[in-house]
Amino acid sequence: MTILVIAEHNNATLNAATLNTVAAAQAIGGDIAVLVAGAGCAAVADAAAKVAGVSKVLLADNAAYGHQLPENIALLIAELGKDYSHILVPASTNGKNYAPRVAALLDVDQISEIIAVDSADTFKRPIYAGNAIATVQSSAAIKVITVRSTGFDAVAAEGGSAAIENVGAAHDAGVSAFVGEELAKSDRPELAGAKIVVSGGRGMQNGDNFEMLYKVADKLGAAVGASRAAVDAGFVPNDMQVGQTGKIVAPQLYVAVGISGAIQHLAGMKDSKVIVAINKDEEAPIFSVADYGLVADLFEAVPELEGKL
Amino acid sequence: MKILVAVKRVVDYNVKVRVKADNSAVDLANVKMSMNPFCEIAVEEAVRLKEKGVATEIVAVSVGPTAAQEQLRTALALGADRAILVEAGDDLSSLAIAKLLKAVVDKEQPQLVILGKQAIDSDNNQTGQMLAALSGYAQGTFASAVEVSGDKVKVTREIDGGLQTVDLTLPAIVTTDLRLNEPRYASLPNIMKAKKKQLDVLKPDELGVSTASTVKTLKVEAPAARSAGIKVKSVDELVDKLKNEAKVI
Ligand SMILES: Cc1cc2nc3c(=O)[nH]c(=O)nc-3n(C[C@H](O)[C@H](O)[C@H](O)COP(=O)(O)OP(=O)(O)OC[C@H]3O[C@@H](n4cnc5c(N)ncnc54)[C@H](O)[C@@H]3O)c2cc1C
Ligand SMILES: Nc1ncnc2c1ncn2[C@@H]1O[C@H](COP(=O)(O)O)[C@@H](O)[C@H]1O
Repeated sequence: MTILVIAEHNNATLNAATLNTVAAAQAIGGDIAVLVAGAGCAAVADAAAKVAGVSKVLLADNAAYGHQLPENIALLIAELGKDYSHILVPASTNGKNYAPRVAALLDVDQISEIIAVDSADTFKRPIYAGNAIATVQSSAAIKVITVRSTGFDAVAAEGGSAAIENVGAAHDAGVSAFVGEELAKSDRPELAGAKIVVSGGRGMQNGDNFEMLYKVADKLGAAVGASRAAVDAGFVPNDMQVGQTGKIVAPQLYVAVGISGAIQHLAGMKDSKVIVAINKDEEAPIFSVADYGLVADLFEAVPELEGKL
Repeated sequence: MKILVAVKRVVDYNVKVRVKADNSAVDLANVKMSMNPFCEIAVEEAVRLKEKGVATEIVAVSVGPTAAQEQLRTALALGADRAILVEAGDDLSSLAIAKLLKAVVDKEQPQLVILGKQAIDSDNNQTGQMLAALSGYAQGTFASAVEVSGDKVKVTREIDGGLQTVDLTLPAIVTTDLRLNEPRYASLPNIMKAKKKQLDVLKPDELGVSTASTVKTLKVEAPAARSAGIKVKSVDELVDKLKNEAKVI
């Protein structure tokens, strides 16, 4: 087995999701190479070379890959990927963007968001918003797979000493251009990796009231998330959405405030170790997954909670 | 310009599905089926582009069983001009569907193809990207804004860190995210009119596409259930439990 893991990064730092993806590769077993494709991303390759279990780092440093445009990067990965039995990609919005393109270029099916490896060709993945777990077997010559981070414990970021090899012609499909981005800035931990997540829903009533949650989060060193309803209503930006079609989180502690617990929301957080729900409706479905439920008005309970932490 | 919209028939998003006792699949007998919510957003976006005078014709296409004609009729009631059903089983892989859609793209030559970002049954999130690769087109996935001007389309995308904007050469592929628009409801007169609109049925062989798959589902299980929790009576009790019982703070 020769496995190619595609690194997630921003040209400066290696994203932690890469470590979970390497863990999935280790569960498959075999030789693990990591591809770092970007522009001015040598520091990322250095970091990838130190990751435990990685035997080789391929560095494709070229302007065409600077913004991870899928039209360009998929051409590169499909070319390099021909030499591997598996291509593993973190199931980030970026990975989900280019991985199916790679699979189609290689004329193979893709397996999305695996949460477990049964063997080198058999994997588990959630379907129907996590209401069912499918075990699927692939006979594809090259298995293109996206990996859900919460399914695999990260390998150590240090301990390896892989060689770095420069690779890859500049593939520029010439059909797309990066215009700009608006990235959320926050001193709080990222949702994906946070040990504690505090999320608010429609019950928060407006964006200003999220201030209450930020205060609790800051005392706990937590990230802040939201339901779709809170994002749609404009209380908070889209990158905070937790759920089937938002971010998947599985922290040690998840606190759901003013969130009813629709299946689409549960899909994104029900693998959390401990779940707390604060909701004034004792019938709210969120209580069916909560380890500790508090039936209360959030406008009283949340400030009190903050005071007592 | 012509817009092609891909719509999938899926279990309604309100249904909590159950796994069959023999663990072969989820039980879809007597379950409400609907248009995939992200496809509703795709149809709405196409209709808005037509209302703005950007699009001239909207063709809705679905791959699936005969019953998927229902969802195509819904698309027609919402404003699509005609529809194509590629009649096939409902167990095709996203690659097979992308190949079938590519054959339809070759026939219809749309300037823009709009798909949902994700089907809420398979949760694959693959088809649009695969269609883009097979066609050699640019892609704007997870779109929250779409603006066509000249031979380009500018797409704002919902990404993990926030928002990203890309400029794509037409023809191009767009996949919808939740914030792109709020789909309208079909009016009764439009539902009546939709019954008379053209709906062609094609077979995969006619399109020269093999739908063989390399992925086999071995079993489908219910997820591990969470053990029942408790209700705490006060914030004090909550803090105490989190500190001393769960030990997570
Ligand atoms: C295709 C599709 C994809 C979706 N993807 C997602 C997704 O990824 N993530 C997601 O979250 N949703 C998703 N949804 C939406 C989902 O179905 C629900 O609509 C949404 O999760 C509801 O958000 P909410 O719980 O904040 O709002 P509501 O359901 O309106 O619940 C608000 C809750 O707040 C409580 N409340 C109100 N006031 C107070 C108060 N003062 N004190 C205490 N409690 C209070 C109420 O009792 C209620 O339980 C998706 C839906 C579709 C169709
Ligand atoms: N059987 C199908 N027929 C038509 N369109 C489909 C079909 N399957 C998927 N699609 C399109 O591809 C999108 C993403 O689906 P998926 O890649 O399966 O998650 C859907 O929202 C549809 O727009």
